[in-house]
Amino acid sequence: MTAGAPVVPSAASRTPRRGGGTGGLWWLVLPALAFFVTFGVVPLLGVFGLSFASWNGIGAITFGGLDAWRTVLADPGLLHSIFVTFEIMVISWAVQTPASILLGTFLAGFQRYRGVLAVLYVLPLLLSSAALAVTWKALLDPNFGLGAGLGIPLLSQNWLGEGGLAVAVVIFIVSWQFVPFHALIYQGGVRQIPRSLYEAAEIDGAGRVRQFFSITLPQLKYTIITSSTLMVVGSLTFFDLIFVLTAGGPGDATRVLAVEMYQTGFLGNQMGPASAIAVIIVLSGLVIAQLLRRLGGRDASASQLEGM
Amino acid sequence: MDPQSQHRPTATRRAILGMAAGLPLIGGLAACGSSGPGTSASGSASGGSGGGNGTGASFWTLSGKPQEDIRQQAVDAFNKANPDTPIKITLFQNDAYKQKVKTALGAGQAPTILWGWGGGGLKSWVDAGQVDDLTDFFAENSALKDKIFPSSFGAATVDDKVYALPCETVTPIVLFYNKKVLEKVGVQPPQSWQEILDIVPKINAAGVAPFSLGGQSRWTNMMWLEFLYDRIGGPEVFQAVFDGEKDAWSNPDSIQALTEMQKLIKMNGFVKGFASITADSNADQALLYTGKAAMMLHGAWTYGGMKNDGGDFVSGGNLGYMNFPAYDGGKGDPSDSVGNPAQYLSISSKASEEEKASAKKFLAESQFTDEILQAWIDSGNIPVAQGSDSLIGSGEDADWLKFQYDTAANAKSFAQSWDQALPPTQAEVLLDNIAKLFQLSISPQQFASNLNAVIGK
Repeated sequence: MTAGAPVVPSAASRTPRRGGGTGGLWWLVLPALAFFVTFGVVPLLGVFGLSFASWNGIGAITFGGLDAWRTVLADPGLLHSIFVTFEIMVISWAVQTPASILLGTFLAGFQRYRGVLAVLYVLPLLLSSAALAVTWKALLDPNFGLGAGLGIPLLSQNWLGEGGLAVAVVIFIVSWQFVPFHALIYQGGVRQIPRSLYEAAEIDGAGRVRQFFSITLPQLKYTIITSSTLMVVGSLTFFDLIFVLTAGGPGDATRVLAVEMYQTGFLGNQMGPASAIAVIIVLSGLVIAQLLRRLGGRDASASQLEGM
Repeated sequence: MDPQSQHRPTATRRAILGMAAGLPLIGGLAACGSSGPGTSASGSASGGSGGGNGTGASFWTLSGKPQEDIRQQAVDAFNKANPDTPIKITLFQNDAYKQKVKTALGAGQAPTILWGWGGGGLKSWVDAGQVDDLTDFFAENSALKDKIFPSSFGAATVDDKVYALPCETVTPIVLFYNKKVLEKVGVQPPQSWQEILDIVPKINAAGVAPFSLGGQSRWTNMMWLEFLYDRIGGPEVFQAVFDGEKDAWSNPDSIQALTEMQKLIKMNGFVKGFASITADSNADQALLYTGKAAMMLHGAWTYGGMKNDGGDFVSGGNLGYMNFPAYDGGKGDPSDSVGNPAQYLSISSKASEEEKASAKKFLAESQFTDEILQAWIDSGNIPVAQGSDSLIGSGEDADWLKFQYDTAANAKSFAQSWDQALPPTQAEVLLDNIAKLFQLSISPQQFASNLNAVIGK
């Protein structure tokens, strides 16, 4: 604790130390680091280790070399799961991002009715995915659901029983659930854009649409990257919603990586291959997050408000 | 159900599944307020502790009415008689239980007494050295052993040693039908597979789904294959798979059964959207008793649910039932049945000697008392005790109970649910491919080759 900031400032203590004055505060990271190592790094290493093991979940763990990886990589089911995962990731990103930006920009206004709407919009966020899945499943039931109840044949599709439709339903529900969240992020982003930019644009004769595309969108660059990272990385771990809604079905139409991992490990009792899938999920997440960061440009800390 | 030739250990698992409302992961959300164990220990509200670390034996079993009441009744009676060594009972929902036990066993936190389905699952516990050999226990309690259906011991036996006490109920899978709907359409209950194919278009034409099916649960689809395999090729076809014979799924009878299966699916034999219906929610039963579907192949345990939820459907005599019909020219005996021969109680190897002694006493004394047997009968089930048909009496369910007893007792072969007979790894591949077969996304040949690849694993 000797490196802590002195209680009584004195002339001596103000002399800059080697390390730029913050070097002595390294211990501040300890609590967070310990937490991260215990609950993040250690389990991750455990999973990595298990992916080279053979274990049925209850017996002894034996070293299996690359067996698990061979099993997983040779399984056409893995490729399919990767495809489904990325399909849902990309489409739900493409649906959510424009919707969230528009909604966020709308909510950024300070009119009172927008405040009321903002509260209503975040309602889906308050519900757990499992509860949402149960509700949607009941509503979409072709025999007892909304369509049958209201007598509207259009709504009585085989929503969760046909591959393509089931994927579409998953994407719809994911978007419905998370658009409000991302709209909140964009709302914050838009409100941080200085008024003076818009005032200047108005003087120059720019209309609202032009203002949106020339000021709002470019100014939201980093907000978009943040929100996209959350969406994309989050969609790698979709499990609860899909598991309850379709259990990966029909057939394997909505079997994303996380469901595949669960079924391999906890239903098939193959912890080795399941761990290998988990490692694949982690690596994909890291790579994608890094790529998105790069998209933000080399100098991610550069200000967009230069000269303001 | 005297001498039943049982080919494999049969497991009983879904006895509860049909009753338990709500979906596996969500049971807690639905009503109970907790997805964890629902504890109702005698005198102790803190149950759920693992074995080997508490005082007295613990007992994990399944929730769901009416079974949980009878389980509780057995524990209460035992605890009353043995106040010094009470058993702590903890109830879990069906699917949550499977994972919970696996995790607890892996972590050395298992309860003293484990409820299970026998078969491949029990074998995985035995292989991991987690449960005690009870062969000597049965030698000491031969009166108890003689009381239990011999056929139920198959699924409790691994390498000629008995690792579990068969108890509770025997439940065959039967073909239910809605008499009113069949009458309205003007067809008779099918007496053969060919008749099924004949009446399906007629039922469809009447705007009713021929068969209800909770296809998302996957094992529901499997019941169809279990019967088709038996009726077309006899019990030997699956036995070959069970025994690990190479390419056993490519047997011509196997391919024929799969082809017939897809034929029925292609002619819209099953309710629209069956792939998204779960059996856990009992929506498949609802289709039958609301008259949206004409027939349903399901476990006998669904009777209670239909009686409770179906209004006057059962009491009004609209529910018909029969064994799965024959296949003209097939090799299997039409009396053969498939289902769950019993539920099973095992004792954890990790428990202390005191706990084990108490647990053995519980196994020996609690499950086959007259009160418990009568309670099972009253709940509409057939207990696995010899001569339990004499307890049936003449209540409103007497016909149904007699039918169940006869189906189980007269079956030349009472086969075990495939996914319970096979080791978990194979079972998962099987269920996965069955789902795809029913989606028509793989052909019978692909099904066979996918499954041949995991035979013996």
